[in-house]
Amino acid sequence: MGLAIVLALLVAPEDADQGVSQRIFYIHVPIALTAYFCFGLGAWKALLLLWRGEERYDLESYVAIHQGTIFGVLTLVTGSIWAKASWGHWWLWSEDQLVLFLVLFLFYCAYFMLRFSLEEGPRRARSSAVYALFGVVLIPVSFLAIRLAEGLIHPTVFTREGPQMSGSMFATFCVSWAAVTLLAYVLYRVELVGKRLDADLRELREALR
Amino acid sequence: MTQGQYVAAAYGVVFVFVLVYVAIIAAKLARLQRQTAELLELVRGRQTSETTEAAPREAAGEA
Repeated sequence: MGLAIVLALLVAPEDADQGVSQRIFYIHVPIALTAYFCFGLGAWKALLLLWRGEERYDLESYVAIHQGTIFGVLTLVTGSIWAKASWGHWWLWSEDQLVLFLVLFLFYCAYFMLRFSLEEGPRRARSSAVYALFGVVLIPVSFLAIRLAEGLIHPTVFTREGPQMSGSMFATFCVSWAAVTLLAYVLYRVELVGKRLDADLRELREALR
Repeated sequence: MTQGQYVAAAYGVVFVFVLVYVAIIAAKLARLQRQTAELLELVRGRQTSETTEAAPREAAGEA
């Protein structure tokens, strides 16, 4: 993460068009991609729960969606800061890709409302899994909206011709993406272990009473 | 605000978020560690009481 920050802030060349504010790209885009990945992982684990019926997938799906929501908040915040620096606005309701990401984010925020409104057990696990699976439809819509948008205020860096940036910029982006993905993976594992330990301790306490 | 300040704000927000998240996880792990220690104490206490209860019974059996 440290290497990624050094590369992004000190080594990568300054963008001729956007200037220094383009450096937000190296943190904003990897975080957004990680949020998509976490939501996708949550949906995949939900599918495995419905398919195989193993209880452990419920917790794994929940933790992945929780991570996705955290990275979703960061995507919205860093995106807004970049928008203010580049376009002069914190938010533009006319931009489909921004609104679609917000819809995706709010959809998964509602996941927690659904989950915590039901009693713990197989019914809650199944209902949460079905909801998580519905949300996965929004991921490609939100992702492709950046390419299909007619407004074109939101920049499209990755086209069919490849990345529209210099080699050192692309290398910096790759390092940042790897760092953010690794961070997300570590946070996912730590949260998952913590939650499993919590559940085991609860069971142990009940058994000892 | 200058462009540089916006960049610092974006990176700062991410840093603070990760820091808060790690602090929350650390607090949860500390709670789990405390609960594990309590359960260990409970098990040790039960083992001790079982041993003290079993000792006179064994002595009586030998006699």
